[in-house]
Amino acid sequence: MQQIFNFVIRNKTFLLFLLLFSTGLALTIQSHSYHKSKFINSANVLTGGVYGTMNSVDQYFHLNTENDILAEENRRLREQLLNLSTNKDTTFIDSSYAKSKYRVTTAEVYKNSYASVNNYLTLNKGTNDGIAQDFGVITSNGIVGIIDNTSKNYATTLSILNKKSRINAKLKASNHIGSLTWDGVSPEFVQLDDVSQFANIKVGDTILTGGESSIFPKGIGIGTIASFDTDISGDTYTIQVKLFNDMTSIGKVYILENLDREEIRSLENKIND
Amino acid sequence: MTNVTGLNIVRFVLLLLIQVVICNHINFLGYINPYIYIIFIFLFPIREERLLLLFVSFLLGLMVDLFSDSGGVHAAAAVFLAYARPILLKNSFGMLYEHQSIKFNSTELGSLISYVTLGTILHHFVLFSLEIFNISNIILILKKTLFSSIFTIILSVLLIILFSRNRK
Repeated sequence: MQQIFNFVIRNKTFLLFLLLFSTGLALTIQSHSYHKSKFINSANVLTGGVYGTMNSVDQYFHLNTENDILAEENRRLREQLLNLSTNKDTTFIDSSYAKSKYRVTTAEVYKNSYASVNNYLTLNKGTNDGIAQDFGVITSNGIVGIIDNTSKNYATTLSILNKKSRINAKLKASNHIGSLTWDGVSPEFVQLDDVSQFANIKVGDTILTGGESSIFPKGIGIGTIASFDTDISGDTYTIQVKLFNDMTSIGKVYILENLDREEIRSLENKIND
Repeated sequence: MTNVTGLNIVRFVLLLLIQVVICNHINFLGYINPYIYIIFIFLFPIREERLLLLFVSFLLGLMVDLFSDSGGVHAAAAVFLAYARPILLKNSFGMLYEHQSIKFNSTELGSLISYVTLGTILHHFVLFSLEIFNISNIILILKKTLFSSIFTIILSVLLIILFSRNRK
C-alpha cells in the first residue's frame, strides 16, 4: 500500500498529465460520432454571448452584401409568385388537405468555420424559439447543414463541410439519388457518392436535396456538378459538386422544421421493428 | 506574488478572447489560422507548481474547444505542450533553466525563438493529428502543422517582444 502511495506521489505530474490528456482524447473521440458532442459545444450562454457581441459589430460590414442577397431572393420569389398565379385556374387546392408542412424560422449566424475538417456553425436561435436537433438549415441559395446541439437561446449546426455530415441528394435531371459527404479539402466542393452508373451525368447539372429524409424538403438547391469519376468498385459514380452557397460567408439562414417529422419517424420505426 | 497571479489571469482571459474572436476567423489562404493562446503556456512562471500549469493549460484548451466546437483537441494539445515544457526549456535555455533564473522579459532573442518554435510545432502537430484523426491524411496534417506553425511562431515572438517591458 505504502509503495502504491509513493508511486502516485512520485509520478504525480505524469499521472495528472495522463488523466488530462486522455480526457481531451476522450472528448475528441466522442465528438467524432454523430450527435454525441454533448458537453463541449458552442451552444451555451458564455460562447453565445461573446459571439453575439462580436457579431453585432461585424454585421455592419456586410450590410450591402446582405441587402443584395435579400433583393435577389425577393426577385426569385416574386417570379415564382407571378408564374404561379398565371396557371391558377387549372389547379385546385383542397383546403382540407393543404396544411403547411414546414415551419420556417430565420436565424443569424454567430460563428461560422470552414478551415477545420469538422465544421460547425453557431446560430442565435434555440429551444426557446422551438428549435430542436435534426432541423434543417438553409440559406436562400441552398443547404447549410443540420441542427446538432441546442441550448435555450443558441444552436450549433453540423455544417455540410463536416466529415460526419451525410445528406440525401439527387440529380435534378434524372432523380438518381446519392449521399452527400465532404472530404475535408475545399470549402467550395462537396462529394456526392453512390450514384448509380445508370445515371446520365453531365458537368453543370444541378444537384438538389432528395426529400427522402424528414430533415430537408425535396428540391432545395445544393450545387452543380463540377466533375465526376467512376468509383473503385466500378458501379457507382463519385461526383464533385460545386456548392451554390459560399460557405465561407453566411450571414442569415432559415431553419426548417418538418411538422410531420414525428409521424414519419414513428412510421419508419415500425418498419425497423 | 499576487501581482504575478493577476498578470496571468489577465493574460489567460485576453489571449482566450483574442484567439476565439480574431485568430480563429483569419483563415489565411482558406485554412491557415494562428493559435496564439499557447503564449500563455510559454510564459507561465517557471517556479510555479507543474501540476497547476497542467490544470490551467487543460482549462485554457477546453475553453478554446468550447468556442470552436472541436471536441477536446485543443485541451489535449495544450496539456501535451504544458507537460513537455521543461524539456523544451532545458533544450533552449540550458543552464539558465537549471538555475531557475529565466526571465522571459530579458532572455536572448535566439533562445526565445528556438523555445517558441519547438513548442509551437509540437503543439500544432498534436492538435492537427487529433483534429484530422486519420493517419492516411498525414500529408494534410503535416501541411497544416507547417503553415499554421509559421504563422503562430511569428505572431507569438512578436507579441512576446512587444509586451515585455524592459527589453533593450
